[in-house]
Amino acid sequence: MPTSPTPSAAAQTGGGTGRLGAVMRHYLFWPVFALVALLAVNTAVRPGFLSVSILNGHLFGSPIDILRNCAPLMLVALGMSLVIATRGIDLSVGAVVAISGAVALTYIAGAPDPASTTTVLLAIGLALALGLALGVWNGFLVSVLGIQPIIATLILMTAGRGVAMLITKGQITTVTSAPFKTLGAGFWLGLPVATLVAFGVFALVALLVRRTALGMLVESVGINPAASRLAGVRARTIVWTVFALSGLFSALAGLILSSNVMAADANNAGLFIELDAILAVVIGGTSLAGGKFSLSGTFVGVLIIATLSLTVTNVGISPLVTPLFKALVVAAVTLLQSPVMRRKLSARTRRRGRTAPVAPSDKPADVSTDKVVA
Amino acid sequence: MTTLASSRRDAPSPGRVPAVGRRLRIDRRYLPVVGTLVVFVLLLVVGGARYDNFLSVGVLANLFINNAFLVVLAVGMTFVILTGGIDLSVGSVLALSGVTTASLLQSGVPAAVVIPAAVLIGSVIGLLVGAMVHVFEVQPFIATLAAMFFARGLCFLVAPESIPINDETFVALASWDTWAGGQWRITSSVVVALVVVAVAFYLLHYTQFGRTVYAIGGGEQSARLMGLPVARTKVLVYVVSGTCAGLGGLLFAMFSRSGYSLTGVGMELDAIAAVVIGGTLLTGGTGFVLGSVLGVLVLGLIQTIITFEGTLSSWWTKIVIGALLLVFVILQRLLALRRS
Repeated sequence: MPTSPTPSAAAQTGGGTGRLGAVMRHYLFWPVFALVALLAVNTAVRPGFLSVSILNGHLFGSPIDILRNCAPLMLVALGMSLVIATRGIDLSVGAVVAISGAVALTYIAGAPDPASTTTVLLAIGLALALGLALGVWNGFLVSVLGIQPIIATLILMTAGRGVAMLITKGQITTVTSAPFKTLGAGFWLGLPVATLVAFGVFALVALLVRRTALGMLVESVGINPAASRLAGVRARTIVWTVFALSGLFSALAGLILSSNVMAADANNAGLFIELDAILAVVIGGTSLAGGKFSLSGTFVGVLIIATLSLTVTNVGISPLVTPLFKALVVAAVTLLQSPVMRRKLSARTRRRGRTAPVAPSDKPADVSTDKVVA
Repeated sequence: MTTLASSRRDAPSPGRVPAVGRRLRIDRRYLPVVGTLVVFVLLLVVGGARYDNFLSVGVLANLFINNAFLVVLAVGMTFVILTGGIDLSVGSVLALSGVTTASLLQSGVPAAVVIPAAVLIGSVIGLLVGAMVHVFEVQPFIATLAAMFFARGLCFLVAPESIPINDETFVALASWDTWAGGQWRITSSVVVALVVVAVAFYLLHYTQFGRTVYAIGGGEQSARLMGLPVARTKVLVYVVSGTCAGLGGLLFAMFSRSGYSLTGVGMELDAIAAVVIGGTLLTGGTGFVLGSVLGVLVLGLIQTIITFEGTLSSWWTKIVIGALLLVFVILQRLLALRRS
């Protein structure tokens, strides 16, 4: 792998344009490379894969499918990135997705007029409030009681699906409600509503995190909670907030998922979405050890996972085998990003670029270049 | 993941006298396990009071028979968690081992070859995970997550549908049982599980490997400075866990007489829950394999009670296990707070 021509090409530009080359080599290069490779495979199998056409005033085509299918994961992974940045992890997102769908659909199904906009808005509000409350609960366990995030959220992960089943009474609740269907399956300005919602929230959070000091505070808590508290950062509030946000975003994801199929399946809605989200975050180059995080990396990671799922069906393999390919992508990306490989790659670069003045070549500097824009 | 909190503590040595001024007579290291025991007894009392025939030998014997595979999984998981790692792959490795067993037996391979092969699959996957964790410094969470997807994908490649097992030797092995004391039914799975527990207990408490496992959980850096074989041990715990998962798959195949690629979805959570309820800290360094066995029995007993209740639906199991986890985690937290 390291003998492929691309890293050395990047290294050469790295000698010329300095920082940009280094960034491309170390941080988003492999994820974007993987995404492009996946798209290339698809186009090779089906030449029209990347074409987008207009049908009934909506955009249609595989790229649009990818954008629409990735919406729930995008939201969940967004919350997950923030949680992971504070050195935490949120395993309960899948359960929150199930609960949110269950609550919304049960409410709509029980309402006198399922098709009215008021009912739908109330249902959405209810589900979001519940998601937020569950996130606050996780945050309470982690930030106030000081329980390890993985175990604190494991509690809700285990109990949550039971709660969702309790809400739907073990049935798969289905409804017919046009306004609710819009959220998951509707189009606006030719684009899927789900995509617009997810990308909108993502952009908003990215702006908030990177254009204010919030992102830096989150990172400081992740790097050293005690030190940042002593430096005057409200570590507890920040940890609490990111868990609450993760719950809120998961609830929104649950609404989109259930609206897409117009059914709440407490057992299978959002099953393994926590793992996909963590994968997306890790593929995007954010370390599970906390601290530096990259929302743009997460963005690419989510697109990779969504494209991968579509690729498997496109190539004609049973979707049941998808996990195998996920495993291969994860293994490849994490191994390429592993310290051992990085050391090898950067040693290579140093040898090649010895004549040029390469500043950020030793290991600590490598790490710092990862902390880039959102 | 966070070794900071526990890095000050050394590996617990058996028989260490607690500091002076403590009123408790039991070593506080055993407190979480004692808590689990109390819950277990409470569940027995509640069940016995509410339902006739609950406190019968049959129910207790079935507790072991139905949870033999989970005991094996939890034992393997204990090794990994003691070093401060985690193994998410056990559920799907169990499925892979079971599916491979069924598929090989179906194509006529003798059971004497199939059984070691199924266990070996687990060991090999464990070895791969261990290498990822140790050599490439991938976090255990991610490495075992990759293994989980890998094994689940392979399952579907081997056989998408459920395969029945009709091999005579295998069926004979699976249906072998004996009656201890005339009433307590013991199947071959239970024997295997008990042997695994005994071996694990010996390994953890009487060998250098076991000491190193505890030492890594207490503080990897200190363990390394003490000259303990940290690298080898860190890889080996994943091999142990993988092997246990392979063995668990075999037991599950014996239990269900079939191999199906969707078995064991979420079973890693049951195993982790059992280990945590059994008093092992997820930060590593503290815990006992017998505690994990007790944890599995508590989970099994909850399931039994809910079955006995009849009117309660199956999802209450999840809710009760979640609540129990919460109580135990908060208890552990309080204990840790009092210590510091």
